[in-house]
Amino acid sequence: MPLLEAAGISKIFGKLTALDGAALTVGENEFHGLIGPNGSGKSTLMKCIAGAEVPTQGKVSFVNTDITAFTPTERARAGMSLKFQITSVLPSLTLYDNILLALQAQSSLLDLVFSRTRGALHDQVMTMLTQFRLADRAFDAAAALSHGQQQWLEIAMALAGKPKLLLLDEPTGGMSLEERRVTGELLQPIKQHCSLVIVEHDLDFIRDICDRLTVLDQGKVLASGTVPEIQANTSVQEIYLRRA
Amino acid sequence: MSKSMSAVKQAIPAELGGETDVAMTERVAIAQAVAGRKVLPVVEGVVLVAALLAPLVLQDYLTVFATRVVILALFALSFDLVWGYAGIMSFGQALFFGSAGYGVALLARDLDITNIFLVLPAGTLIGLTFALLLGGFLLLGRHPSSVIFVSLGTLTGSYAADRLARGWYYLGGQNGIPSISSMTLGGYEFSEGPAFYYLVLGILIVVYLLCRFLVRSQFGLALAGLRENEQRIAFFGYKAQHLKAIIFAIGGAIAGLAGSLYAFHEGFVWPNMVGVVVSTQVVLYVLFGGSGTLIGAVIGTVIVEGVSFWLSDNYRDIWPIILGVLLLLVILFRPLGLISFVLGERERVGSFSAKRKEKRNAAP
Repeated sequence: MPLLEAAGISKIFGKLTALDGAALTVGENEFHGLIGPNGSGKSTLMKCIAGAEVPTQGKVSFVNTDITAFTPTERARAGMSLKFQITSVLPSLTLYDNILLALQAQSSLLDLVFSRTRGALHDQVMTMLTQFRLADRAFDAAAALSHGQQQWLEIAMALAGKPKLLLLDEPTGGMSLEERRVTGELLQPIKQHCSLVIVEHDLDFIRDICDRLTVLDQGKVLASGTVPEIQANTSVQEIYLRRA
Repeated sequence: MSKSMSAVKQAIPAELGGETDVAMTERVAIAQAVAGRKVLPVVEGVVLVAALLAPLVLQDYLTVFATRVVILALFALSFDLVWGYAGIMSFGQALFFGSAGYGVALLARDLDITNIFLVLPAGTLIGLTFALLLGGFLLLGRHPSSVIFVSLGTLTGSYAADRLARGWYYLGGQNGIPSISSMTLGGYEFSEGPAFYYLVLGILIVVYLLCRFLVRSQFGLALAGLRENEQRIAFFGYKAQHLKAIIFAIGGAIAGLAGSLYAFHEGFVWPNMVGVVVSTQVVLYVLFGGSGTLIGAVIGTVIVEGVSFWLSDNYRDIWPIILGVLLLLVILFRPLGLISFVLGERERVGSFSAKRKEKRNAAP
């Protein structure tokens, strides 16, 4: 049984059909890339899965539960996590507090009011910061980070709740080559406990890191399969790989 | 470089407009120096000492005025929690303040209940109940409610309460409820003067400390996330709307406590007390002093009330205009309020790590 199964997803904004029966299936511990030309509906599909948009039609199942009507909070509590395309770290908080905020999300109200989990979470915060090479800046405001570092902080925050599925919308957008390489390294160890859906323009990055790919074009699935299968697919080459 | 610049730019708003790079670099240095300093406890200490000494140096009629200001500062704290910390724009905070005032006035008039241990909890409870009802309606929908919806909803609530009070004979209509008897403790009657002053100051200090505890807890961190990016923290799994409703209810309770003190101090309640004018007044206190810092709310109240008092004495005809211009200037050039003259952004937001000091000491 797959971890995530989205089937027949359509999303219509007024006269624009962003998604037209798109589908996506992700297994456990699978890194799945979602690619396609600009405007093919990648981000919209991602939002429908994460709950930021409600699909006009279709069904999203996650761990054998129909979550189509779940709010983002309910999805997060079910084990799904999203990194936004636009970095949305909380700029005036320190890096430490950004991570703590993400870690304590499911603490009870009384634990929060009396700060009962603050001590226990300290080590986890520092571990995550170290893992993402940000520990020496723990007490700087997040706004002071470079763009690439903000993306890493954001990924760390998205992983803080130990999700079963992480949705990454353009994690390497605006990064230098070196930063992209490091991002790839940072993501590898996650595979042991978490699946990944990545929307990304950088095809080299996606080929290196993903097990399977789904190619969208004009709101429909053009092809889906392992990386070599997709690379050999002639229609994909025509619409996408050639241009890239 | 440009990233850290923009961070500092947020800390030093508005007038930065067309600065050169050199001036900016200096600003960065200043901002960093300020960030490392602990200004807030000093400001709090100064305000506390001034407040404790006030009745000793003030003439009697000014002590009465100061008592009113302290009660209004308590009211301002309630709005600051709601807007400055949780980002809920409540344009109807007077609804909770005034309804509690009316409630205790009725207790005193109809049931002869004036015992401080009954009326103050009753007023607090009235504020809490109204805030739970209104907050539940405005904030607990399936989807997050917009700032506009909440501000218009609270404004409407306050306006409706004002109209209701004016038209309801039982509540005294336009005239309100006059000559409320004094609040009592056993045989002692609290009348205007130093005793009443120190009573409300004591209450303000206790509530202030409770608020301080709350906003510096992990709950406070959740609130900080809430006001910066509600959607983001909902995606972490926070029940963002519940958090908002809770803080709104706490705000209502504090406003209710302030309202019941106000009713007994003034000796009467009237429809304005639940209405839009008082609702707006409290917004001004907090914006003027600096929202998002508890002490900013207190300072804002003292200054706005003090300046109005002085201006109305000395410029009888044009004082509202002068006050209006002053408020506009502050809001234009100091959107974070007067407190931002001495307080850096980093300290205002604060840090929520329990082990920060330990860490600092460990790493020389």
